[in-house]
Amino acid sequence: MNKIAEKAVALLQEGHTLVLGYEEGDRAPRPFFCRQAEEAQHLVLDERCTANLAVYLTKPELMGKGRVAVFAITSSLRAIAQLTAENQLQLENLTILTLTAEQEIKTFATLEEIRSYLSEVPYELSDTEKALDEKLSAMTREERWKYWINEFSRCIKCYACRAACPMCYCTRCITEVNRPQWISPWPSPLPNMEWQINRVMHLVGRCIGCGACGRACPVGIPVDYLSKKMLQDLSEEFGYVPGQAMQDGNALSTFKPDDKENFIH
Amino acid sequence: MEKRYISKEGLSRWFKALLAGGKRVYAPVRNNDKVDFKPVRSLDEVADDYVQTTQSAKSTVFPRAEVLFSYQKENGITTLNDFDPATVPETVVWKIHPCDAVGFIPLSQIFNEGYEDILYKTHLEKTTLVSFSCSHADSFCFCTSVQGGPGETTGSDIQLTSLPDGGALVEILTPKGEALVQLSAESFEAPKEDEDKAQYLADVPIYFQLDEIRNKLKDAFNSDIWKKQSERCLGCGACAFVCPTCACFDIQENPKGSQGQRIRCWDSCGFSLFTQHTSGHNPRAVQSQRWRQRILHKFSYMPDRINIFGCTGCGRCSRACPVDMNIREHLTSLVK
Repeated sequence: MNKIAEKAVALLQEGHTLVLGYEEGDRAPRPFFCRQAEEAQHLVLDERCTANLAVYLTKPELMGKGRVAVFAITSSLRAIAQLTAENQLQLENLTILTLTAEQEIKTFATLEEIRSYLSEVPYELSDTEKALDEKLSAMTREERWKYWINEFSRCIKCYACRAACPMCYCTRCITEVNRPQWISPWPSPLPNMEWQINRVMHLVGRCIGCGACGRACPVGIPVDYLSKKMLQDLSEEFGYVPGQAMQDGNALSTFKPDDKENFIH
Repeated sequence: MEKRYISKEGLSRWFKALLAGGKRVYAPVRNNDKVDFKPVRSLDEVADDYVQTTQSAKSTVFPRAEVLFSYQKENGITTLNDFDPATVPETVVWKIHPCDAVGFIPLSQIFNEGYEDILYKTHLEKTTLVSFSCSHADSFCFCTSVQGGPGETTGSDIQLTSLPDGGALVEILTPKGEALVQLSAESFEAPKEDEDKAQYLADVPIYFQLDEIRNKLKDAFNSDIWKKQSERCLGCGACAFVCPTCACFDIQENPKGSQGQRIRCWDSCGFSLFTQHTSGHNPRAVQSQRWRQRILHKFSYMPDRINIFGCTGCGRCSRACPVDMNIREHLTSLVK
């Protein structure tokens, strides 16, 4: 039995009702809800695990009332830190573990411990993301508009980007409000873009840059670039450190006398 | 059914004839790592190194969004413009797979159950399906478990089986298919007598018996299995939207001042809003109930009501799922 499985068995014996982790899937490991010790042997945890498990932590029907343990990869830790800062998680009901670079299982006791661990893990764009950033930055405003309209012409409004996002936890999303109908329910390029603008603006200063939205898109629109670009803007305008949960309020809902405000023309 | 042979040059000539006739031709086109149906203007645009398109071809007969009627009000008089069948162009869907072509049959049953849907009917009448049998499959494919196969011809108007010389074995299956052949009859030759289609087909293993699944589902409504299976499901609509047989839709208004449109657009039983009542009550309040609905609808309610299963084994839902809700695996586990 691998050490993740051994740990899971111990956690279940200690009284946890659920251990959230990963099991082998078709292309890569997938989220796995381990509720019985005999299922623990299926658990895996390595660099192939990319799904952000924090997305499940805000679903009461899945979490139940018992104590839950979660094997969190770096992006899940970032989301947990952010969700906790937004008062969406009660850390005392959760046991949060990770596999360190030294392949040791580390258990976090407090939010501060998670924050301190994350401060040692740099947030970086991948090479493909950097390439897209360079490509788009080199475009004129008109060319960029054309690029995104073309990308969003493929959107089928399946809302996988929303469903996969650990920060999209609203019980009633703006897309579900129909008086007035803010977001058109049928797909067409401009309303599709309106939806993404809404999504991204709701995530400003909250997005932890895990890329779950982009990976979830069945038609391959790089929607995660939009929120990652926002991270970049935030760090320039508000001194936000990408990958670190906010400590003193959301950028767009907090006023500070020393805000530069140099984007207001 | 008539058989023919068409050479590589013949294919090119025939394809040009289809376009020259003014038909709208949809074919698989590559965009980065995804392949999807798009209108094309030449055979060069058609992708050839893929197993399956991301989306099915159902949007050719059941568009993502379609105007049922439009209206305008002027000087107290309201003018109604109904859907006009004449606006629907003659369409050829080129290079769909057998699992897609066969998907048009359950769609047709759904859109004709107790009421003949004029929009669907018009699209279907004007659409000719040119399928290519499958020489490749992946682990998501399970057509042979749901009464289909890599060389299944049901639903197709013409089926082509690509040959090593760049040409193809042609099976002309319907009068619509024959009409398409007539656009370039000189491109088609007599088939080679000893040509056996089966040797060019992909090997797709049989994972389960469909009747066994149906029997199992008869008293599975209250089973705990739905909760267990759906735990990782995120509740997006990707599976329904890429599916060749999912036909749920929503009716929406698009008013702009004194004019507007009534629009039919795709919807999904995976969304919580799909069953939300005005009162606030939701009969399918949690994802496990929605996942159960998805499976029961396709493998129990549809065969009970319209005598056909709602799955063609194309595997698209599994490929599109962000959390690997593999339908073949879930179905297999039901009977194991």
